[in-house]
Amino acid sequence: MDLFEYQARDLFAKHDVPVLAGEVIDTPEAAREVTERLGGRAVVKAQVKTGGRGKAGGVKLATDTADAVEKAGQILGMDIKGHTVHKVMLAQTADIQDEYYVSFLLDRTNRTFLAMASVEGGMEIEEVAATKPEALAKIPVSAIEGVTPEKAREIAEAAKFPAELVDQIAAALVKLWDVFVKEDALLVEVNPLVKTAEGKIIALDGKVSLDANAEFRQPDHAALEDKAAANPLEAAAKAKDLNYVKLDGEVGIIGNGAGLVMSTLDVVAYAGEAHKNVKPANFLDIGGGASAEIMANGLEIILGDPDVKSVFVNVFGGITACDEVANGIVQALELLKSKGEDVDKPLVVRLDGNNAELGRKILSDANHPLVQRVDTMDGAADKAAELAAK
Amino acid sequence: MAIFLDKDSKVIVQGMTGATGMKHTKLMLGDGTNIVGGVNPRKAGTQVDFDGAEVPVFGSVKEAMAETGANVSVIFVPEKFTKDAVVEAIDAEIPLAVVITEGIAVHDSAYFWAYAGEKGNKTRIIGPNCPGIITPGQSNVGIIPGDITQPGRIGLVSKSGTLTYQMMYELRDIGFSTAVGIGGDPVIGTTHIDALKAFEADPETDLIVMIGEIGGDAEERAADFIKENVSKPVVGYVAGFTAPEGKTMGHAGAIVSGSSGTAQAKKEALEAAGVKVGKTPSETARLAREVLGG
Repeated sequence: MDLFEYQARDLFAKHDVPVLAGEVIDTPEAAREVTERLGGRAVVKAQVKTGGRGKAGGVKLATDTADAVEKAGQILGMDIKGHTVHKVMLAQTADIQDEYYVSFLLDRTNRTFLAMASVEGGMEIEEVAATKPEALAKIPVSAIEGVTPEKAREIAEAAKFPAELVDQIAAALVKLWDVFVKEDALLVEVNPLVKTAEGKIIALDGKVSLDANAEFRQPDHAALEDKAAANPLEAAAKAKDLNYVKLDGEVGIIGNGAGLVMSTLDVVAYAGEAHKNVKPANFLDIGGGASAEIMANGLEIILGDPDVKSVFVNVFGGITACDEVANGIVQALELLKSKGEDVDKPLVVRLDGNNAELGRKILSDANHPLVQRVDTMDGAADKAAELAAK
Repeated sequence: MAIFLDKDSKVIVQGMTGATGMKHTKLMLGDGTNIVGGVNPRKAGTQVDFDGAEVPVFGSVKEAMAETGANVSVIFVPEKFTKDAVVEAIDAEIPLAVVITEGIAVHDSAYFWAYAGEKGNKTRIIGPNCPGIITPGQSNVGIIPGDITQPGRIGLVSKSGTLTYQMMYELRDIGFSTAVGIGGDPVIGTTHIDALKAFEADPETDLIVMIGEIGGDAEERAADFIKENVSKPVVGYVAGFTAPEGKTMGHAGAIVSGSSGTAQAKKEALEAAGVKVGKTPSETARLAREVLGG
């Protein structure tokens, strides 16, 4: 889960990383009071989860309270790379002398954590990495040792920070590592980390991404979710504990196992090439169990998607045998009907694996008018695409 | 011979007394796996009956190993306790730990991977968030259905569970030496490369099938490895060609970020290394048949 800048700022503050005072608002009028609290001046910053907001005009200096209201009004509602600005952060102003870059992240390739730091901050770090790789220090950090004060100095020195700043930078790095570990973050990035005219180091803008798998020990993280931005179908699926991603096609997909569902999306897209280019409408993994209830929940979400023209249920029976899955589908359709849901889209079902014959027989015997059985994945994908193209 | 697991493997189950552990211990026993014990400090000294087979419960992995000579542990404990369970297995220096549990926080998997390294990599870790490993006819450790396929000469390594089953099913008449599901998390123990290396050295494996998916660069690195080190034919499949950027597709590690981790890049890298890559699982199975037939 990627956080907004103001949420990252709050987490930084919680772990004693030096930040500027700031408050988030969602109406221009609210800027007046906040700007007064901040001393009569503020930087108004669009809160969007994308880069390049400065260039897009999403960051403006307000020199007094009236100006802050006006600037907030200009930025709220702005579209930045397809993201509408619903909130702005008003931050204290600072006299910036230098801009740097620091981050902690997972290095998947080497299966370790990585610190990156550069005295060339302010611009996109990808650009620094590409054009001046020698200016970006990359130091592996052990998941066991973490960032000790000594390690922090090593990072600061590798990035060639001026000697008089190393102590301050190292202290900030230790605090940022606290954010990274204690909040179960996958990324903590400060860009820019700045030196003010008074020689103080401050995290001016931050990007934090949190690990959804750590929710069991991070009860506060659920509140950080941007519920307003979530697709309503994705939100409904999440409420039912379903692993669902909305896509932009017409063929609804249900399958068991992440890899098989991903593969199903591909096979449907290939099949769609022969049928008016129809595409998968979603990713939905109902997991190994595939019980009637989970199947019903999944079907309910997919049938509720107005873009869906046909549904492809692709299940490989493993531990959960195909007869159980077939019964699940039949019961799910009855369950939805009894709840008064409109079940009026054709379903193509492919069952393979454990007890496949029995499962197929159950579907044939049920003889549901909307359900068609096709016994190969490629054939079923073709049928589902054909039905969606009608 | 097979890789990592054979009929002589003595298996203990960490988390055997939980619901998932009970269910799968029974299934594994049914597939002929030599399960010599379970681990649960709160139930140490008791026995669990699985249809007449009495399996003793020990207080620790170390104790279970000392009492039974176990050399494989399969871990079914809930995600909150998985890090500690893996660390315990590493401390006991068990040669193989298969971590089935899904939903592990990255800080935990990064920790136990680093810990295994610090302790000299005496414990091979498979997973987390994986279906396990099966050497058909000999031993089955994890949740892979034991009756999909039979012993044979194909070695299979896969990031995905159900795609593993699908491929085993498509090629069930030929059979498998060993099939290993390595999991699709951002940090995993055994990699494609580790399995490729082992299959290359295994005289009972004639063909290797590898299944990858979007995210990370494991497939690209496997391709480099194949180019230099693998003489046996390799057939590949990659899932996720149509996955949009920035959306996690089920597995925590299955995400395309920017230009990295795309299925297309992985396919191209594998093909450049001489791997025949199927467009769909069934085409991949067809390619495997062609290679073995020709």
